Amino acid sequence: MAHAYTPGLKVTTNYKLRKERRLPLKGEVLVDVSDRVKGEDIVARTELPGDVETVNLAGKLGVIPEELKHFMIKEEGEPVEEGEVIAKSTGLFGLFKTEIKSPIKGSIETVSDITGQLILRGTPTPVEVDAYMDGSIVDIIENEGVVVESTVTFVQGIFGIGGENRGIIQPIVDNRKEVVEPNLIDESHNGKVLIGGSYVTKEALEKAVKVGAVGLVVGGIGDEVLKEFLGYEIGVAITGNENRGITIIITEGFGKMDMSSHAYRLLTQHEGELASINGATQIRAGVLRPEVVIPLEKTTTTQKPKDYSRGVEIGEMVRIIREPYFGTIGKVAELPSDLELIETESKVRILKVETEEGKILTVPRANVEIIEE
Amino acid sequence: MKEKKDLKRILATDCGSTTTKAILIEKKGDEYRLVIRGEAPTTVEAPFEDVTRGVLNAIREVEELTGREILRGEELIYPAKGSSGIDLYVSTSSAGGGLQMMVAGVVKEMTAESAARAALGAGAIVMDVIATNDRRKPHRRIELIRDLRPDMILLSGGVDGGTVSHVVELAETIEAADPQPRFGKGYELPLIFAGNVDARKAVKERLEEKTALTIVDNLRPVLEKEKLGPARNAIHELFMEHVMAHAPGYKKLMNWTNAPIMPTPGAVGSMIQAIADKEDINVMGVDIGGATTDIFSVFGGAFNRTVSANLGMSYSVSNVLSEAGMESVLRWVPFKMTRDDLGNRVRNKMIRPTTVPMSLKELKLEQALAREALRLALEQHKEMAVGLKGVQQERTISDAFEQVSTGITLVDMMKLDLIVGSGGTLSHAPNRSQAAFMLVDSFQPQGITKLAVDSIFMMPHLGVLSTVHKKAATEVFEKDCLVWLGTCIAPVGSAPYGRTSIEIEINGKSIEVFSGEMKLIPLDEGEKVKAVIKPSKYFDLGEGRGKQIEATLRGGVVGVIVDCRGRPLELPGNEEERREKLKEWNKALSVYPDEKER
Repeated sequence: MAHAYTPGLKVTTNYKLRKERRLPLKGEVLVDVSDRVKGEDIVARTELPGDVETVNLAGKLGVIPEELKHFMIKEEGEPVEEGEVIAKSTGLFGLFKTEIKSPIKGSIETVSDITGQLILRGTPTPVEVDAYMDGSIVDIIENEGVVVESTVTFVQGIFGIGGENRGIIQPIVDNRKEVVEPNLIDESHNGKVLIGGSYVTKEALEKAVKVGAVGLVVGGIGDEVLKEFLGYEIGVAITGNENRGITIIITEGFGKMDMSSHAYRLLTQHEGELASINGATQIRAGVLRPEVVIPLEKTTTTQKPKDYSRGVEIGEMVRIIREPYFGTIGKVAELPSDLELIETESKVRILKVETEEGKILTVPRANVEIIEE
Repeated sequence: MKEKKDLKRILATDCGSTTTKAILIEKKGDEYRLVIRGEAPTTVEAPFEDVTRGVLNAIREVEELTGREILRGEELIYPAKGSSGIDLYVSTSSAGGGLQMMVAGVVKEMTAESAARAALGAGAIVMDVIATNDRRKPHRRIELIRDLRPDMILLSGGVDGGTVSHVVELAETIEAADPQPRFGKGYELPLIFAGNVDARKAVKERLEEKTALTIVDNLRPVLEKEKLGPARNAIHELFMEHVMAHAPGYKKLMNWTNAPIMPTPGAVGSMIQAIADKEDINVMGVDIGGATTDIFSVFGGAFNRTVSANLGMSYSVSNVLSEAGMESVLRWVPFKMTRDDLGNRVRNKMIRPTTVPMSLKELKLEQALAREALRLALEQHKEMAVGLKGVQQERTISDAFEQVSTGITLVDMMKLDLIVGSGGTLSHAPNRSQAAFMLVDSFQPQGITKLAVDSIFMMPHLGVLSTVHKKAATEVFEKDCLVWLGTCIAPVGSAPYGRTSIEIEINGKSIEVFSGEMKLIPLDEGEKVKAVIKPSKYFDLGEGRGKQIEATLRGGVVGVIVDCRGRPLELPGNEEERREKLKEWNKALSVYPDEKER
């Protein structure tokens, strides 16, 4: 294959970011193109159809399904209140009347003359979508949502837990190698997005939740730590709906791993500024990575996004993403075109990386990612 | 199109979820042979959102590698003349997550199970099975249908002349859910009704307006019989007409192909069935991918397919560890490793799924995980590939309910003749003996079983080709697709390590193999020898304990593997001893370069 490499994660500033904010089904858009919005502003709204409730009407009335229509007080499509009578049998000689009351507030959806089932639809639930980040509306998706644009500092992580949140950036370590321990976290971190170093202990995670921090960005996390914190193992990498009171964004991977210097520098530079974060990760189909978005008030010239579709080039900074050199950063020194035999006896396309210490390492091209700046 | 016998050059592609693979087949003399394979990333997702981009790129690679001219601009050149053009183009597809279906039936163990088998056999992933007795509340079923957004629904239920009200209840549940298709809006979700003929009218009244309804023959017309063909065919047709036609670029691709596009696993299934039919043998095929593992089997002519949706080697590798448990994975690892280290390595592979092992330690770990993924997928297959439940002595439906547990698995490892492995981990293992060893450890074949791998994952292409040109498909399959690994001899039973397990006599030479031992007898590809094998009184090779058998052993790139570790296979409980044994067995089969027989 022409380009066997992993596109890297974006860790960059002055980046023009566009976010589509869509309703799960059609509804009303509340803003216009070129409106300025705050992250918490509601931009679109709709109503989800209510839950369905079934009632074995024929059974309860003691009649056969075909005759049900004679006993209905409410018609299909009519609204009903909870406790309102919807059907009634006259009973023998007008005695032993049976009245069936609606178990919910909603409307009559269908009455079946074959199964004798009544289907009720509950009241709709309102659904709202906010703007997620401060910015301006650049496009409207008719009846569905909007596109928000902002110039931001943008840090993508490799894996995350928990959904969208917003908070003030607060570094809690002195350097990118430091482990986040409980003593580094206190009550003043309520509502903050904490920036850590190489690792976080389970106790520190629990303390962060206890003090009400909304997010934690850290280089690595232990598999066991995450398992204990969530109470279950992550099977397939589809996350974002965990409800553990905090959004966690891992920038490098599993295990103790120093946060990359570039990500650490960018994040700590914005101490005290508002960030929008999202831990949602989906690795299959569509690749969704967790992110920290810091809208910039003053922007310098906006960077033109670099085209990485051509593959890796000599001189480019890459990170090795597989053992035994996991996490090593270096410059591409050589890109031999022939397949080479590696330790496993596989013949693969390789590249040579010159590390920051000047060592030359030979690795399969599939095992590096470009550091996109 | 030319006459079938005159077809000179055939192009076939498989649009996978990550890679599009093209193969070129040419008639050389009187037979069809593979010329080359090219590949390119699949382009169904943004930014391309057009599957034909990837197809064109894969074809261009074929052009570059062969010097043949197949495309003029973006058009295929017809017919084949000299070194340019083709006569036939076919394709399969599993891009965009393949075909995802929900099935429904009245009784979970009967019509619902038959419906699931029909969907799986057609190449679908079954997202959920809804049944009247699934113990879920109606509103929960409705939520499920709505949330899962299947590509298609197969509704069955009731034998002909049987229950109508239960079937209608299922139809009403679907009606209330008002399911929306996954790809795009503005078209109706295809729904196939293959249930009780008497319920057709009522089903039509309820679902005709909300879905694109197709009615076919009942897939379980009577309890004693399944009739899955019509439902499977309808699935294939609707997959093309509705699902694929709405996926990005497929309309164009459908116009290019000379035969309907088939779902990839459906095509692999056709190929496995074709081998079983042709040789009149029992066959199992396994395809271990990044996200899923598919198993196909034909036992006594009965075809079954299962897909283990979350057992794979990259995207779902983390789930393999969760489902198997750390101990089960670590038992195949021939060196010391902490649980934390294992957990971190596996999760790192999950979040960076395209990386490859670069050290032997990583390779051994990956192959340990593959053994567990394959073992778990086989367990799931055994549960699904069963005889019809509740049909042997039923007189009334209540009898049938009582016999629910009688459906026993059709998978009999002693009667299995051939295992064909495919998918990156097996097809591209650096050393073929690794692929053989993974298959033996995970499937634990019994008696005499031939082993092979699909050299470059060509079975989908050949499967769809077999629907229009059987001769070309079978010739390429036999000559170019399969790499014969060899034969496995594995007696059933157990005895303390060191006792004689079997004696093999080949060409007048006798070889003794002891309990707990693995041995490799070299026998080249293409060679066949007759052998007389006598198990000791503790072991059975299919004829009973201690009973001698005669067999023809087929050679291969690995040879004849004699596995006298016993069945069921039990590894030493003591960790140190277990690691030593693993190393000894690896050495016997020359599996890894650092553990070779010197």
